[in-house]
Amino acid sequence: MLTLTHFLTLGAMLFSLSVAGIFLNRKNVIILLMCIELMLLAVNMNFVAFSRFLSNLDGQVFVFFILTVAAAEAAIGLAILVVLFRNRQTINVTELDDLKG
Amino acid sequence: MSLKTILVLIPLLPLAAAAVAGLFRNQVGRAGSHWVAILGVAASFFLSAWVLYMQMFDNLAPQNLSIYTWMVSDGIRFEIGFLIDHLSVLMMTVVTFVSLMVHIYTVGYMAEDPGYQRFFSYIALFTFSMLMLVMSNNFLQLFFGWEAVGLVSYLLIGFWFKRESAIAAGLKAFLVNRVGDFGFLLGIAAVLYCFGTLDYSSVFGQADSIVGKTVSILPGFEWQWITVICVCLFIGAMGKSAQAPLHVWLPDSMEGPTPISALIHAATMVTAGIFMVARMSPLFELSDAALSFVMLIGAVTALSMGLVGLVQNDIKRVIAYSTLSQLGYMTVALGVSAYSAAIFHLMTHAFFKALLFLCAGSVIIALHHQQDMRFMGGLRKQMPITWITAWIGTLALIGFPFFSGFYSKDGIIEAVHESSRFGADVAYWAVLIGVLITSFYSFRLLYLTFHGQPRYKVDVGAGDHPPDGIVQHVPHESPLVVTIPLILLAIPSVIIGYLTIEPVLFGGWLSDAIAVMPQNDTVAAVGEHFHGPVAMATHALKTAPFWLMIAGFALATFIYQFRPALADQLQQKMPRLHRLLENKFFIDELYQKAFISRTVNIGNFLWKKADAGLIDDVLVNGSARLVGNLAGRVRLWQSGYLFQYAFAMIVGLIGMIAIWVMW
Amino acid sequence: MPIYEIVFYAFSLVMLGGAVMVITVRNPVYAALSLVLTFFSASAIWMLLEVEFLAIILILVYVGAVMVLFLFVVMMLDINVDPLKEGFIRYLPAGIVVALLMAGELLVVIWSKGRFEAGAYPLPAPHPAGYSNTKAVGELLFTNYLLAFEVAGVVLLVAIIAAVALTLRHRSGGHRQNPALQVRVMSDERVRLVKMKPEPRQGS
Repeated sequence: MLTLTHFLTLGAMLFSLSVAGIFLNRKNVIILLMCIELMLLAVNMNFVAFSRFLSNLDGQVFVFFILTVAAAEAAIGLAILVVLFRNRQTINVTELDDLKG
Repeated sequence: MSLKTILVLIPLLPLAAAAVAGLFRNQVGRAGSHWVAILGVAASFFLSAWVLYMQMFDNLAPQNLSIYTWMVSDGIRFEIGFLIDHLSVLMMTVVTFVSLMVHIYTVGYMAEDPGYQRFFSYIALFTFSMLMLVMSNNFLQLFFGWEAVGLVSYLLIGFWFKRESAIAAGLKAFLVNRVGDFGFLLGIAAVLYCFGTLDYSSVFGQADSIVGKTVSILPGFEWQWITVICVCLFIGAMGKSAQAPLHVWLPDSMEGPTPISALIHAATMVTAGIFMVARMSPLFELSDAALSFVMLIGAVTALSMGLVGLVQNDIKRVIAYSTLSQLGYMTVALGVSAYSAAIFHLMTHAFFKALLFLCAGSVIIALHHQQDMRFMGGLRKQMPITWITAWIGTLALIGFPFFSGFYSKDGIIEAVHESSRFGADVAYWAVLIGVLITSFYSFRLLYLTFHGQPRYKVDVGAGDHPPDGIVQHVPHESPLVVTIPLILLAIPSVIIGYLTIEPVLFGGWLSDAIAVMPQNDTVAAVGEHFHGPVAMATHALKTAPFWLMIAGFALATFIYQFRPALADQLQQKMPRLHRLLENKFFIDELYQKAFISRTVNIGNFLWKKADAGLIDDVLVNGSARLVGNLAGRVRLWQSGYLFQYAFAMIVGLIGMIAIWVMW
Repeated sequence: MPIYEIVFYAFSLVMLGGAVMVITVRNPVYAALSLVLTFFSASAIWMLLEVEFLAIILILVYVGAVMVLFLFVVMMLDINVDPLKEGFIRYLPAGIVVALLMAGELLVVIWSKGRFEAGAYPLPAPHPAGYSNTKAVGELLFTNYLLAFEVAGVVLLVAIIAAVALTLRHRSGGHRQNPALQVRVMSDERVRLVKMKPEPRQGS
């Protein structure tokens, strides 16, 4: 019997995997961005599950907007990455410390 | 114009003149400033004389006018008002007359000084302050005038502010006055506490009600309220009128130009204390203890300051110590309840002491600012007018019969003789011996300055600031602006005593202002033997003061005319006594050790340790350093690495969720 | 229905496996492709939940646009991946700890007694045959959430402009026309009329 718990558990595991991903891939900016997409996917999973089990379509509308914003953010993030690579020839985060205090 | 308008104009005209001469000095120029000041003060003098005329011949009653209510606080009224009775009009006339003479004199004396306009502004301002003081009808305005004359005195003593000694002297005058003013303020506060009002008429009306009430200032000691009030008020008078031990500022105040020594430190400001005690006679009469205190202080001052004046070499200091001594006489007169005698002596003294100071000033400018009598001599040939007026002033000072000083001084001495108050015997001997000493140093001054052989050389090529004993050109008589005031002051020095002793002392002229209890009335006792001024003068030949005066004259003439070397020999024979007198009884050194050095140490401590050390360094700079340190440490957390920021966010998130989960 | 659970568990496993591959694999292209796999599995699970519209949108927009964009960038940038994987083993314990912590906290909440169980949130009945999820979402979107919809459009516009502006490169040395300056030209800057006497032709 599938309950809400299953879906929420799935979302939670996705989320923690992406957190681990951020931790482990601290140097690679592209993988960081991908982990962010994973986090968003986990959140979307939660929203969708709740929307189904509460029979409330608002959750799905919200996912719609999250998708929109995620797409926009990915686009801009990659644009920044491209310009960064153009100027620095690297995407190694340890070399990007100009904002150091 | 109405009486009120006249009265308001009397102090305001000098104030306006001071404002114009001071603030608009560039617009009016040098000549404009002295004209404005002289006209202002002259107008004030004529108006005062007119009020005096009205009092003498039109029977003008005493006026108690309230001009302006400043504020009413907790039931106490703070007002500007005038109390115009015979006492205040006498003071007003004397003050404005002497001030006018000094103003005219200054045109000549300060002719080459760059601060010319500033000086006129200050002396006109002083006239305003003194008039507010004497015309006041309440303690607040009295205190305002008191402080204002102190302020202007400070400004004028330090007039040549580029001289260190002048600045120091000005500061000394202000600080010593401040000590006196502290007592004065305590007295005024006590008056307010006991009577609930600052108005003279209300206070004097209720004065009887607090006789017998006591206060315990130190636990276990009960003091009469009235004594406390009177002693505190008198402490203010001690500061202002330079009575021992608060006399130390007056000799140093000779750093200021001579006109102000004449105006402020001979004729007017220093007499404010005497005037105040006479004005407060309804209060002082109720306290025998306070009056004995007054008398003894005056006696000590009269005698000791005369002794110090014997060994001074600076011509102005001799006259300064003479002033101190004569103020002592006036104080003694107050102490024996002879208030009218004190005021009478105040009036005559104003004239002849101002005259003496101005003569000294005339000599000083003739010798190009040489003030040491050891380098003068024989000036009677070159400066006849100054010489004659100086003789007139001296004869008045020593109390030669028929001159004004004789009537006032002998009046005091006889009043002291009649008194049976505690300390009156000591006071009597002090004032008697003082006559001898006064006579001696006065003639010493005359002989050293005007008689004998010149002790200076004339050297035409000596330059602008020649050393002592050398002058650039032969001294000549001062210009008319200088000598005319001398003559105008000499006239009252001769005749005012003769003319006014009967009405002022024995005719009750001042009785609307001065209250004397019948059992203390020493002046009335003297009046029983009074048969007219001529009789008093001829009778003097039989009294001790006259012969003491002659003795002083003889001694001075003997030493300084015939045996000049004797003076030095006496000095060498009594070196310790001479040193004691020369150092003014070492009172300045005592104050330095006991009070001044300690205060300076406290000041240094507070400056270096408390202010610079604690507040600046620890609190202000320290907090800045603390912030800087913390910020320097915190700043290192900003590594610039993206993943560390993400890490921080994640850790924070985990923490927050943990807390939320636990709750 | 066991088929329901089987499908769910199968796709969940694939999804989690894909996620693990995203974060561990060396080659960023492989990582991107693993992410695509993850999204596909998520879409399938969403179909299970009868949110068909979003499931398709996920494929079309996310995989079809965003992941393709990722792949473009990954392939375009010539990245030397070796130094990037240096610290992987070093940070592995910390990473596992953090992941377990996070998961633990979330699961504590999710599995707390009876909170999200079948009793609290029963699975609703499946929709009837003619039910259109798209239509239902559209009805809600264009009425209650119209403003948000428009704003989302503006956000996308801004993203376009930003992306273009960030990466724009001017080619240097190119000739270009500035119409504004052209329009502002005055005739006497260009032409000067000179009066001249006629002259005979030279050499006739």
